[in-house]
Parts: sequence; C-alpha cells; structure tokens
Amino acid sequence: MTTATPLMLASGIVKRFGALVANDSVDLAIGPGEVHALLGENGAGKSTLVKILYGLLQPDAGTLAWEGRTISLKSPAEARRLGIGMVFQHFSLFEALTVAENVALALDGTEPVSAVADRLVSVSEAYGLPLDPRREVWRLSVGERQRIEIVRCLMQNPRLLILDEPTSVLTPQETEGLFATLARIKAEGCAILYISHKLEEVRRICDRATILRHGKVVATCDPRQESAASLAQMMVGSKVMPTRHEPVLSDQAPFLRVQDLSLRSPDPHGTHLSGIDLEVRPGEITGIAGVAGNGQDELFAALSGEILAARAEVIILAGQPVGHGDINTRRKLGAAFVPEERLGHAAAPRLSLSDNALLAGHATNGFVRSGLVDKPGTLGWVDRVVAAFDVRKGPRDPAASALSGGNLQKFVVGRDILRNPRLLIVSQPTWGVDAGAAALIRQALVDLARSGAAVLVISQDLDELFEIADRMAVIFHGRLSPAQPTAGLAREAVGLLMGGSGFGPGEARARDAA
Amino acid sequence: MRLVLSKRENSSRWMSLLSPLIAVALTIASGAVLFAAMGLDPAKALAIYFLSPISDTWALQELAVKATPLVLISVGLSLCYLSNNWNIGAEGQFVMGAIFGGGIAIATHGVANGPWVFPAMMLAGMIGGAALAMIPAMLKTRLSVNEILTSLMLVYIAELLLDWLVRGPWRDPKGFNFPQSVMFEAEAQTIRLTSDGRINIGTLIALVVVVLAAFLLSRMLKGFEIRLVGEAPRAARFAGFSQSRLTWTVFAISGALAGLAGIIEVGGTMGQLQPTISPGYGFTAIIVAFLGRLNPIGCLIAGVFLAITFIGGENAQIALRLPLDVTRVFQGLLLFFVLACDAFLIYRVRLVRSAPQERSA
Amino acid sequence: MTMFEAILLTIITASTPLLIAAIGQLVVERSGVLNLGMEGMMIMGAACGFAAAILSGNSYIGVLAAIAAGMGMSMIFAVLTLGLAANQVASGLALSIFGLGLSGVIGAPFVGARRDTMARLDLPVLSDLPVIGKALFGQDPFVYASFALVIGVWWFLTRTKPGLILRACGESHASAHALGYPVLKIRLFAILFGGACAGLAGAYLSLVYTPFWSPGMTAGRGWIALAIVVFASWLPWRAMAGAYLFGGITILQLHAQGAGVKIPSQAMAALPYLVTIIALVIIMSRRGGQQSAPASLGVPFVPDR
Repeated sequence: MTTATPLMLASGIVKRFGALVANDSVDLAIGPGEVHALLGENGAGKSTLVKILYGLLQPDAGTLAWEGRTISLKSPAEARRLGIGMVFQHFSLFEALTVAENVALALDGTEPVSAVADRLVSVSEAYGLPLDPRREVWRLSVGERQRIEIVRCLMQNPRLLILDEPTSVLTPQETEGLFATLARIKAEGCAILYISHKLEEVRRICDRATILRHGKVVATCDPRQESAASLAQMMVGSKVMPTRHEPVLSDQAPFLRVQDLSLRSPDPHGTHLSGIDLEVRPGEITGIAGVAGNGQDELFAALSGEILAARAEVIILAGQPVGHGDINTRRKLGAAFVPEERLGHAAAPRLSLSDNALLAGHATNGFVRSGLVDKPGTLGWVDRVVAAFDVRKGPRDPAASALSGGNLQKFVVGRDILRNPRLLIVSQPTWGVDAGAAALIRQALVDLARSGAAVLVISQDLDELFEIADRMAVIFHGRLSPAQPTAGLAREAVGLLMGGSGFGPGEARARDAA
Repeated sequence: MRLVLSKRENSSRWMSLLSPLIAVALTIASGAVLFAAMGLDPAKALAIYFLSPISDTWALQELAVKATPLVLISVGLSLCYLSNNWNIGAEGQFVMGAIFGGGIAIATHGVANGPWVFPAMMLAGMIGGAALAMIPAMLKTRLSVNEILTSLMLVYIAELLLDWLVRGPWRDPKGFNFPQSVMFEAEAQTIRLTSDGRINIGTLIALVVVVLAAFLLSRMLKGFEIRLVGEAPRAARFAGFSQSRLTWTVFAISGALAGLAGIIEVGGTMGQLQPTISPGYGFTAIIVAFLGRLNPIGCLIAGVFLAITFIGGENAQIALRLPLDVTRVFQGLLLFFVLACDAFLIYRVRLVRSAPQERSA
Repeated sequence: MTMFEAILLTIITASTPLLIAAIGQLVVERSGVLNLGMEGMMIMGAACGFAAAILSGNSYIGVLAAIAAGMGMSMIFAVLTLGLAANQVASGLALSIFGLGLSGVIGAPFVGARRDTMARLDLPVLSDLPVIGKALFGQDPFVYASFALVIGVWWFLTRTKPGLILRACGESHASAHALGYPVLKIRLFAILFGGACAGLAGAYLSLVYTPFWSPGMTAGRGWIALAIVVFASWLPWRAMAGAYLFGGITILQLHAQGAGVKIPSQAMAALPYLVTIIALVIIMSRRGGQQSAPASLGVPFVPDR
C-alpha cells in the first residue's frame, strides 16, 4: 500500500443510466508510479468508471481528487491537461485520416499537423514504437493502431495512463512488447490504470488491484498475493466451473472441406482471403486463432455463404460443392452459423426474439408454410431455447436489444444448437459476455461436438481456444496455417503464427494493395 | 439549456398509437397561431380547413376521391421506407402512370372501345409507374447511386415529358390550341361507384391494397424480409435475403401503385391529360406514410387526414383568399411534429439546464 | 462585349447559386450530417430575400434576410436531427416541403413585383483585362463571395485544426466524442453554415438572376447542389468544377433554344436533371461505391451520459 497522497483518488462515485446503476459508491485510489489493476466482468462498471476518470462522463455523486486536490473533470481535454492519458479498447481513431492527424486530434494545442508529425516520429522512435505519420489508419494492423493511441498519450507527458483491455487484441509476442513499454513508462514515474480480465497478466505486472462486481467495489488487494482462481472468484462472486473438455481427434471424414479458397473482400478496408485450406471433422472442435482484422470476417462470410465463392468446389459441405450456394442452401445441408456481432448481424436489435428465431430458422425449422409465418411456432422455439440455455429476460417475447449481452449470446447460440446441426460455425462465441454465460456456451459447444457434430470456432481469445479446441489453425493476412492438434501445441508457437512468422511474404491484402 | 436523450428500454404500444395524434394536435395548434398571425380568426379558419371537408356527403365523396391516390401511393412508399429504400419520386411515377394509361385512352379514342379499355389503362399505368421506379432501383443496386437524388430528378423529367406530350403530339386537334389531350371516352374513364356521385372504383382498389399490404407485412415471410432489411441489413443478409432483389421489388410495387393512382386520378377527375395533373400527391404521400407510421392501416387513416387538408386548403383559398401554399406549410409542419414525436417514443427526452459540470455537447 | 464574354458571363451567373449552395452542403456533410432540405432552405432564402429587399429598398438587407431565413430553416432541422435524433432523410424532406410552402405564403404579396437586379462590382484594373476581364472581375458581389467561399472552405477543412475536428466528426462521431469533442455542437455549426449558404444561394436567384420572385423558382437547384457534393467526392475544388459543369449545361440549353435548335424546349429543360443522374452514374461507376463519403454521414449520434 502506498502511504503517500494518492495521485488519483475517486471516492463514492455513483453513475446511473436510467434504472441501471453502473457505479455504486465506488472508491479507487491510484498511487504515484503504481500499476493499478481494475478487474471485473463485462458489465461490472469498469468502462463507466474510467470514462469518469477521463472526463468523458460526469458522476451523479462522489468526488475526484488529483494529488489531494478536489477536481471536477468537465471534459477529456481537462483530464489531458492534468496528465491523464487513455488508450481505448475500441480505439478512438479515425480510419480515413492519417496517423499524424489522429494524433493532432488528441493534442489540445494549436500545433500544426506537420509539427505534430515531427514530434510523433521522435517520440515513437524513442520508445521503440515506430509509426509512419503519413499513413492512413485503415491501412494499419490492430497492433499499430494501438501504438498510435499509446504514442499520442506519451506525447503529452502523462502522469496517469489508462489502458482499457489493451492485450485483448494482441498476439502473445505483441503483449510482451507492450509490457516492456509499460515497464519503461512506469520507470519514468507514470502511474498506470490497467483494465483487464486476464488474471495472469494482472498478477504479473500490477502492484495493486481493485475489483468491481455489479458496479460495486468488492475487494482491493495485492494481486501477487492472490491466485488467479481467487481473483476470479472475487470477480464473479462464485466459483467458475471450468469447461469439461478432453481433447480428442476424430478419424471421420471431414464434414466441411475448404480447398484453395481465395476471395476479394467487398469492404475496401477489408482483408482478402488467399488459398485457404481447411477441414472440419465431425466430433471435433477446430479453432481458428488470429488477431482481429486478419480475414476472420471474410472467412466467416465465405463459409456461411453471405459472400459466394468464385468456384463451387472450393467449399464442400456434406459431400456437396456449395461455393455458389447461399446461406440457406448450406443451412439445409445441416450447417448452422453464429456470427461475431450479436446486435445487427446475428440478431436485429429492435425485432422480437420470435422474429429473431425466424431470422435464422425460416429455411430449416418449418416456421413458414406457403409464404405464411407460423407465429406460434417461432414463439414456441423461443421458449425452448430460453429453457435449454437459461436465457434470462423480462416478458415472453422482448426485443433482442432488451437482453444483456450474455443472455442474447446464449439465445443466438442456442437457437441454432437446438436444431442439432451437423456443422456449427461460430465466430467469437463468448466475446464480451459474463463468465457464467461464457462457461455455459463453451460447454454447449464441447457437448455439441461430442454428440457428433463438426464445430468450427473462430476466436481472438487464445485462452478460449486452448480450453475447448481439439485442433487449431491461425489466420494471418487472409491466409490460414494448417490445423494442428491442440494437445501438445505451445502457446508461443501459436503466438508466432498470429504475428505472421511462418507465413512467408504477405500478399493479397486489401489495405496493402490500395 | 439542452436536450438529453436516453434510450427507452421498451416503448409502450399505446404511446406509438398516440404519437401521430399528438402530432396532428400540435399541427392544428400551430395552424391557429399561423392564422392569427395572418390576421384571421383562428377558429373560423380552422373550421374551414378541417371541418368543411367533412361536412356533408358530397364533401365526403370528394374526400374519398382525394384520399385515394394518397393512400395508394403511401402504402407503396411505406414498403420502400420500411426496407430503407428512399423512393421520393412517387410524384413522377404518378405522372408516368397517367402518361402510360392515358396513352391507351388516346390510342383507342374513336377507334376501339369496350369494357376492357379502363382495365388495360390501369395495367399500363402500373407498368409506367413501375418502369420509372425501376431506374433508381437499378442504379442503386448496380452502381450504388443514391436513390433519393435519382428518383427525385426523374420527377422533373416525367413532368416535362407530360408537358411536351400535351402541348405536342397528344394535343387535342379540336381543342382550340389548349395544352390538353382529347377527352377520354366513357369506357376510358375511371368506373364510378354511384351514378350521380364522384366516388369511383379507385377508392375500393385502395382499400383492397391496404388490406393486402397489411397482411403481407404482418403475416408473410416477405413482409418480415421487408422489415428486417430496413432494420438490420447485415442480419437480413445472414437470414439469406437478397437486399438488391428486395430493392427492385419494393420500388416496382411502389412505382406501380403510384402509376395506378395516376391513371385513376386522370381517368376519374379530369377525363383527359393536362400539363399538370397532381397537386403534389406524390410528395404529400411521403408525409402520409410517416404519419401512418409506415403501416398500411395507418396510411389509410393518415391519407384521409391529409386529404382533408387538401380540400380545406382549396376551400380556404375561396373563402379566405389564402394561398394554396398554406396547405404545404401544414403538411411540412405535420411531418416535423411526427418526427419529433417519434423521438419521444424511442428516447426519454429531458431538458437539462447546462450546469457547469456538464459537458456542452 | 463579345459572344464568348457573354456566354462566360451567363455561365458564371447560372453556376454561382449552385456553387454557393453546394459548398455549404459540403461542409454539412463533411461533419456527418445529410440535410436534404436544401431546396426548402434555398427557396426560403429567395422569398425572404426578395421580400426584405422590396420592403427596405435595399438589396443588402435582402441578402441578410435571406441568410437569416436559411439559418432559421436549418435550425429546425438541427433541433430535429441533433436534439431529437430524428431520421435525417425524413427531416430533410420535411424541410423541403415546408420551405416550398412557407416561401409561397411569404412571397404571395410580392408576385408580380419587379426590382432592378443588384449592381455589378467592377474590380478596378482586373476588369479591364481582355476576354476574361469583364466576365471574371466585373461581376456581382455574390460571384466574388462564391470564390471566397471555395477558398475559405478548402483552407478551413485542410489547413486548420477546427476543420480537422469537423472532418473527424464526420468520419467517426464515436471517436470524436471519446476524445472529448462536442460532436453535436460542431454539427450544429455546420448545419447553420449550410443553411446560411443555402439562403445566400436563394437570394442570388431572386435578387440577381431574375428581377422578380416566382413560387418554386429554385426549380430543383437545391437537389442538384446535393448531387454536386456527391459528384465532387466531398472536395471543395471539385464542387466548383461540378457547379460550373451544371451551370454550363443550363446555359448551353438556353443558348441552344435561342439559336432555334429543333429540339423540344421540354427536352432542353430536362437536361440538367438528366445530366445530374448521368453525372452520379459516372462518378459511382468510376469509383465503385461511395468510398469517399464521410463514414458517419447520415447516422444520428446520441451520446450516452
């Protein structure tokens, strides 16, 4: 415990959004030069708290004190003036603007962009975080984008640096690089508020930890004195059941076979796929690891049929060439799909759950007879999914957006698992959901595979893939490494692949070609 | 002072029925203010505007005749707007329908006639309206050209085409050089429902269209597809629905309905083609669609209300010497209020005094 | 004055209102807002400008009234779309319908009134230049204002920090908000600027282009200005090129009619609208999609708090 006056002291912070109390009398003390972890599940109120510390939100009650002096932060500009910098989880960057323009926007002076660019180069070189100021952001990788956010904080000589889930988008090797940078920043006397739910990381780099649950502080501790399991229990409030999973390897013929799939991304900022080979066998979970933006969206779209392939034979499903078949053709052959975006892709936010059941099942579940929708049928399906997957909701048939992230994810996964698909392709199955829902979904995926279905999981969460996948491949710049059995696979080896080593010279990438 | 919006968790059903009524009430209230500002007795002016059109059976028939094109067009536009296809060129599609249908009437004039003529005119009118609507649909789906601008530009082009036709090739040779076509023969006029009244078969057709569209949207998979594409285009693709095919479909339907309205209007109230055949039905129908909450039954009610303002405007022009444009002011105000009331449905709106610790965003 | 000078002069006169309106709309769209109410704001500018000029006997008071009318109209749009997060397309349409109606009511007493168009302002020395002198430097003040607007907006957007911030709001309002920029306030200023430009463009029509007011005299120019912004890929200099292209076509059409070309006058009158469609088709097929459009264009922004 630091005995000196805290650099930043938040006391009794309350923030309400309508009926929801996001922060309920939260106290937080960050000492000078300390690396402080803010731990909590999704929805525990971490993001709200840091937005208050950065001046983006104003608390309904409670006070902030900076070096013992009470302050009110009316805007991020004031926070920056005090020396508070923030690295956002979903970067606050402008894709069509250059790196220098992006940095200039976060600086409060009237320094011309050209001068910003010069200073940017010198700071980024000093910290070993190279950046080209003239590049437009959409051309950069996720790691480079994070670098912009860090460098632009460093250019303001910060006293407190806030990082929101910084490693969730990085490869293990990039994470090591980030830790080295953080160590250096700390050595220069800057305090760091580190928001994460990766407990091993927190135990490794943080001096203190404040743990939030349902908007309240439940504990403050020294993470090095705790185990990952005890931290997890404080976060979740109960013991988390690990997924029951023993890796197996199936010898059955693949249900899905992809051969030499190449695809131009329709998104001008997207990633082209190039020469993808993949087999997914019944009884197994195949995982695809990779850093965001390496072609995961395009691969999902190609496999689901949202984008059609150039030749039918490149995708063989249940022995049939389906590269030219739309998504419902593939569903009728026994495939099911769960995309990454819950709201807007997997489900229509303002439509009811029964309409959302119709959305995915109108071709396969007998919901439609001669053009007419069987409304009781879709409602009945909702009831079954809700019962089987423990979906918590108010009314019987609410709008999809009324559900919490975890409950909606259980619904969109459940609505397809319940029809016993022979192949399930799911992208980011537990992204941004609470630990209970995540555990339930992972177990359901494992059970589905054990019941004889082929399962393909595309995920950026390496821990998740090591927990449930039987084989694993890595996607990088639109190319896919051969899948290898997870048992005996080293994290470091996967991390190297995620960073691109072993792929040879890159090619066919929209953002490089443009 | 500023407005603060926060999303409502669930919007109540009866509020969504109430909000158009509130918009109407606000429009009438601002009408009273407007009339007072123009030095008129607000009560008398409002009575002429909103009560005289529903005062007797003759007036009610007139009302039905005026409401028919508004309802027909707005139902089609609702399908477009629900699916995020911004067809604002219904006025041109209306004119095109009149040109195509009127062409048959002129071609058969004094040559052939029979009970088939008017149905053929209606079919041609629908084809004409749909054909014009297909142009923005094609440009949108093939080249992603903004359909708002193209559909609107085609309004001017269709109107100029009509102008040229009635002044040039289709001008009545015995018409003393007036810019108008021959009078349609009896078989080429819109079928009347009563021998002495003005109400015609168009009103029945509009009612059938309302029922069909309501059934489509509430019961059929195609209706779900229309709603889903507008609500969440990516989810619609995930459901396996083709967005571009739907764009073609809704543009074709709304163009056909506007064209149908055009030929019914020309065959029913004028009996000939003239340089100007619409007091702006195609644009007013946009307001009808929104006031009716993009719901066919709602369009029926809203269409009748806006028809009242049309007739009220004509009556006020005669009785109070008010310019006809006052009607458009009302219509614009009404749409403002409808959109504002919708915000109160989706968001909880609070007026917050700008306290110093609040950000001024 | 030679024939060439005369044509150049009329082209400038026809292009100037389009240019002023388009440059205003360009700024609005760069901030991420799609205001389809151009036609309504423009016609209100024409009506109010003419009315105020007749009543006061002073053209400049007319101009100020037109600018005020355009800004007032755009304020209605701002309240709906920023304050209440209403649908921008529908709100813009409402503004156009409302403006066409209200301008008719305001202009009704002035139908048939005539007044002298505004005097030209010869720039000394420059206006004596051969060939282009009279056309470029012997113009009414609006023409100079339109050139100044193009240069000013270009400089503002590409060379200043506030311009960078405005573009940032149009690219990603979420990111701009996260950095602490007041997105709605910035968009409000952009919308008001667009309204002022639209009003000014309308004043040009009733105070310079013609000596009288007639209902609906904008004749779709507001919509064409919107198309010019797309055609220009949201760049000020290209907007200028676009405006002059459309102005040129309008004039060509008039001269062709005057020269007795045997084409129906309606076909000639339809030319600007047809060219608008063709221009949009060409620009979209060449670029393949709306790549250069501001990424947040037309998306309502509601900050959480």
